[in-house]
Amino acid sequence: MDDDAVFRALADASRRLLLDRLHAESGQTLLQLCQGLEMSRQAVAKHLRILEEANLVSSQRMGREKRHFLNPVPINQIAERWIGKFEQPRLAALSELKEALERPDGERNE
Amino acid sequence: MAGSTFIYVTYIRTSPDKLWKALTSPEFIRQYWFGMHCESDWQTGSSWRLMFEDGRVADTGEIVESTPGKRLAIRWRNEFKPELKAEGDSLCVMEIEAAGDASKLTVTHSIDKEGSEFIRAVSGGWPRILSNLKSLLETGDVALASKPH
Repeated sequence: MDDDAVFRALADASRRLLLDRLHAESGQTLLQLCQGLEMSRQAVAKHLRILEEANLVSSQRMGREKRHFLNPVPINQIAERWIGKFEQPRLAALSELKEALERPDGERNE
Repeated sequence: MAGSTFIYVTYIRTSPDKLWKALTSPEFIRQYWFGMHCESDWQTGSSWRLMFEDGRVADTGEIVESTPGKRLAIRWRNEFKPELKAEGDSLCVMEIEAAGDASKLTVTHSIDKEGSEFIRAVSGGWPRILSNLKSLLETGDVALASKPH
């Protein structure tokens, strides 16, 4: 698959937002994905098309509805290309540290 | 909508027949499935089992549909975690399509239960398994030999 297409698709905040929303709830229709967004339906449809072309989103027709699913396989491949099995636990620890430090004070569990 | 579904898609530079062999050969499966392997004769109606490296049974099921080089459907249930086993049968469909000089593999794993923990559990594994399968078929090696924590 074309890594460039994946990076191009990810280089847009609106498209990353759509991926986040599909991660939170998979199988959403275009209409559901549009809810609460300040984007036109056409704009959302166009972003979804770019995500589908990059294989980051797959879709399935169910009756009259077209449902969208986050496909994390290309992102996983990009990650594994640079993150070896020995680095992974250390990087996980760093991500946790970053998350803990960046959390607002009130939310800290101590 | 009712139920939980995940769909994973990957394009692998190989033929549909080779991809089918990779999905149904225990020795091959062991290499990309973090040491686990499947036991089945892959005929429609036959039993299917996913085994841990140490021989324990992880999941069991039946082959619902088997069309070599095209489509494999497995009725699939967890056996080693009571709360996942309680969710009952899921359906895993693997579809292979020729896409130029590559093959497109679509794995659809679904269960008839909203917010399924079983689907959540398998969805963590599939991207890594499919990445390993892709690397193995394209380069002869896997990116991650052991399961990351």
